[in-house]
Amino acid sequence: MKKFTTLTSKVAPYIQNDINTDQIIPSEFLKDINADLKFGLFAYLRRNSKGESLKKFILEKDFFIDSKILLVGRNFGCGSSREHAVWALQEFGFLCIIALSFSELFKNNCLKNGILTIELSEEKFLKLKDIFIDEINFNLLTVDLINQTLVDQTGNEISKFDIDINSKLMLTQGLDEIDLTLKELNKIKNWESKLEPISLLLQKSIA
Amino acid sequence: MNIVKTLFDKLWDLHLVGQRSDGKNIIYIDRHVIHELHVPHTFSRLKKSNRSIHRRDLTTIVQDHTVPTRIGVELISDHIKITRKFAEKYHIKLIDVNSDEHGIVHIVSSEEGYALPGFTLACPDSHASTVGALGCLAFACGTSELEHILATQSIVLNKPKQMKVSFFGKLNAGVTSKDLALYLISKNGVDAGDGYVVEFSGAVIDAMKVEERMTLCNMSIEWGCKTCLIAPDETVFEWLKNKLNIFNENERAVLLTWWRTLKSDSDAIYDKELEIDCSVIYPQITWGTDPSQSINIHDLIPIDNDENSLSYIKNSKSIKYMGVEAGKSLLNLKIDFVFIGSCSNSRINDLRDAATVIKGKFISEHVRAIVVPGSTKIKKQAESEGLDKIFIDAGFEWRNSGCSMCAGANGDVGKSGERIISTSNRNFENRQGRGVRTHLTSPKTAAAIAIHGYIFNVSEIL
Repeated sequence: MKKFTTLTSKVAPYIQNDINTDQIIPSEFLKDINADLKFGLFAYLRRNSKGESLKKFILEKDFFIDSKILLVGRNFGCGSSREHAVWALQEFGFLCIIALSFSELFKNNCLKNGILTIELSEEKFLKLKDIFIDEINFNLLTVDLINQTLVDQTGNEISKFDIDINSKLMLTQGLDEIDLTLKELNKIKNWESKLEPISLLLQKSIA
Repeated sequence: MNIVKTLFDKLWDLHLVGQRSDGKNIIYIDRHVIHELHVPHTFSRLKKSNRSIHRRDLTTIVQDHTVPTRIGVELISDHIKITRKFAEKYHIKLIDVNSDEHGIVHIVSSEEGYALPGFTLACPDSHASTVGALGCLAFACGTSELEHILATQSIVLNKPKQMKVSFFGKLNAGVTSKDLALYLISKNGVDAGDGYVVEFSGAVIDAMKVEERMTLCNMSIEWGCKTCLIAPDETVFEWLKNKLNIFNENERAVLLTWWRTLKSDSDAIYDKELEIDCSVIYPQITWGTDPSQSINIHDLIPIDNDENSLSYIKNSKSIKYMGVEAGKSLLNLKIDFVFIGSCSNSRINDLRDAATVIKGKFISEHVRAIVVPGSTKIKKQAESEGLDKIFIDAGFEWRNSGCSMCAGANGDVGKSGERIISTSNRNFENRQGRGVRTHLTSPKTAAAIAIHGYIFNVSEIL
């Protein structure tokens, strides 16, 4: 996995609550194994049923095509566990999503793909929103994961942010979760070889 | 001194393998039940990374999301084909489209005895917690996590917070566990359970059938819960009786003795507690585009006055999409389609509920209606009771089991602008087809509306 330390980018604001993963990637893009997920990202918000671009939507504005930071509202990524939602955001180019809150499943899926999710308190969020809400906005934001700060383009700190230590380690070192767990394979095998009657029944084959 | 524990604490401790170097907990997964939508991606990655499957004997795959449910249709998706290949290559048990055990993954897990009290189960689908109704600790996972479980037979997480939700009071006519779930979400919001493992309890739960408990547990992700549990009781043990075929008589006795200990200590402490008075709940219907936007069917759609709030933006968007009006009633609104099915409401009691309402009647002329049983076993049971005939005579289409219109991943979707009454769990924009307007209800309410052709309060005819 690629390491995440700092990132400087434009910020695309799409500040709405309870955006679910069906909206992020509609199920028609799950049916096709080779679907273009970048094209499918927010498909019904970006294009009408005739396939014409809806320029009102933030990601259809040319200005934001190279944006790597997405600013969203509360409970972003709720609903279906489909990881395609994360892949679609990633393929569009997003590496960091900042929100008032995320659904936990979505947040975990992001972490496993090296995408940084930042949850801000209302106060910090509003501060950021004030700077980046305009739809044509030349301000750049630097996300410094090492120091856990959000910095504006003049180098001034806008706010600090919290992240749990495990997630920070995973992202900054670009660790692979499976490798990390496989290092503990002995612990797993020890658990499996416990001789209590219940432990044996829990592992009775269903094949 | 004994340490006071919740049921979740007990199952957590039993399955705790240890800590990883980053401090996260490794929890053992006893049963891993996969569906085909995640197979191509995960198994390609597994092959590429040259990792092996740690416990294929604890793993099963069910084909459900992309299965054609129309009887006689042989259309087979790429997912189904690739899943067959990988199941064969890795020697994993596969429950295929035409198998007698076929069904929606969560229903199969309960019918086949994979989900059992005190066991852990993982499934790459957000409705995994359906089997919490049996006292099975189930985790929903994404695609990467699925690969992690295949390679390690474990999941890795920080210990979640815990919430207890107690239901008390007498149920009003026509109210089902689906209505309790929608009411709970409407009062607390779609993110109220975020990060929590929830334990449902109370006299109302105790009196519920296992299937009704499953509906409530199924909806727990719709308010963000990590997962949920109901302490298993004699109702559950009785329900499981013919589903324990892999265990011999001695083993069953050991299990039963253990299962009877699976409950929270009476003075256990939770991070949060909610009490729900069921006597104020009437049949529910959603008016908006997420399950929290639900009302008693005879109430008016709420008016939101704070134009600057994010909830106002959300509600206005929902109202516009749904073609409804704030401050107005939903009653008598014309509908086009009725879907009875999904892992929320496609079990035998759901089909019986709906059949009781429609028996001897005919669906409204302008309505199309389908019933998609949750599994082949449920379908056969319903047919043996003559329910299929009641549905077909009333003008419903009687389908084979699968996810069907709930997720639309098999192509079962409505047309733009159509208004659908659905017993599934998500009324999201475009979920059941682009531009389709979905109202969630119980099977009883859905059946009554199918007959009337307009939104109608089922309690008027009960």
